[in-house]
Amino acid sequence: MTYATKSPWVIHYDGSSCNGCDIEVLAALCPGFDVERFGIINTGNPKHADIFLVTGSVNEQNISVVQEIYNQMVEPKVVIACGICACSAGIFHDCYNVIGGVDKAIPVDVYAPGCAVRPEAIIDAVVQGLGILEEKSKALQEQKKGA
Amino acid sequence: MSMLAILIGTLAFALVAPVLGCLLAGVDRIVSARMQGRVGPPLLQPYYDVRKLIEKDNVSVNSTEGVYVTCALVFAIIAGGIFFSGGNLLMCVFVITLSSLFFIVAAYSTRSPYAEIGANRETLQVMAYEPMVLFMAVAFYLAAGTFDTAGVFELGTPVIATIWLVFLGFLFVLTIKLRKSPFDLSYSHHAHQEIVKGITTEMSGKTLAKVEIMHWYENILFLGWIGLFFVWGNPFSLILAVAVVLLVYFLEIWIDNNFARVKWQALLKSAWIVALVAGGVNIAVLTFLPYL
Repeated sequence: MTYATKSPWVIHYDGSSCNGCDIEVLAALCPGFDVERFGIINTGNPKHADIFLVTGSVNEQNISVVQEIYNQMVEPKVVIACGICACSAGIFHDCYNVIGGVDKAIPVDVYAPGCAVRPEAIIDAVVQGLGILEEKSKALQEQKKGA
Repeated sequence: MSMLAILIGTLAFALVAPVLGCLLAGVDRIVSARMQGRVGPPLLQPYYDVRKLIEKDNVSVNSTEGVYVTCALVFAIIAGGIFFSGGNLLMCVFVITLSSLFFIVAAYSTRSPYAEIGANRETLQVMAYEPMVLFMAVAFYLAAGTFDTAGVFELGTPVIATIWLVFLGFLFVLTIKLRKSPFDLSYSHHAHQEIVKGITTEMSGKTLAKVEIMHWYENILFLGWIGLFFVWGNPFSLILAVAVVLLVYFLEIWIDNNFARVKWQALLKSAWIVALVAGGVNIAVLTFLPYL
């Protein structure tokens, strides 16, 4: 087992969502759900984060921001698309400036649909993401040993 | 105090303090969570955090940042070693300040605008608490007749009896030193209260792990300073000191959870006023009282 799964720090970015999903992400940290029980804390710094929670779709304005945050995150890292807009652009998919879901900008590991996505769904997605984080962490350690 | 005693003390501190500091940080997080109506993380969460950070990839922007942080860590260990081996309190204060300066230089060396804001604010914090910390050392000398911390075991009464005003002043700046709100200007443990991540913005992976471990050492040392006020010739006073230390740490957690961050002007003004009133008056009384 790697320690990455015992202390996943998250960063969240609101692409162009209505803020509904964004509020649900923060609700997961509040007393009702208290994800700090699993060592999850919210950080504002991509260099400290292991899990990238994106809400809202990607558009011409924010695609570079999403990519910049992703690139600044330190391996191993996992991306979770929170809410239907982040998964596939949702009701905004026809808008002239919307490119699409987050996977149009960066590789997404877990999709958590919903409008707005429920805190339970976010926690489920993060737990799934932890499995992927574990795999990536092991792969990185193998790579380090090989090098 | 012989060099050998300090070496042994430093070694013992280097081994024991991170264990205590880690547990203290874990308790801190659980108590904080309970105060907010949450369950909170496992007790060993700070340990898991550090182990995870060590596993992360290395993406330092330069090779000097890590060296500066290592220096900060090493000097924090030496400062603790000097203190707990009964060495010179004033030297301990200077060495821990050197450690803080290395930490600031590490942040400046990255040339990140966010890390620089954090480093600026850390510098302000050092300016704010340093007068009171120096007054504390001087007052300790006036009360105990020596700068050596081992000297307290030869006293008939604890130094708190004569320098309680200095103790209160030091309690005020302890909030800055422990990086607790309302004085966590340079580096807050709570996201969304911070400009990216203050002084540690560019620190990641192993470097950030070293910073976390340094905080464990620092916290144990600062709480040791608190305990020093309550120790005298009676060996049972050590139990009293530990009880006071735990009480003070609980008070700091309570303050952390109940007060919003202040502006740096308020930090600097309040810390200096407290230092001048509490430290100045107490030292003046101790100095001039014998001549009256």
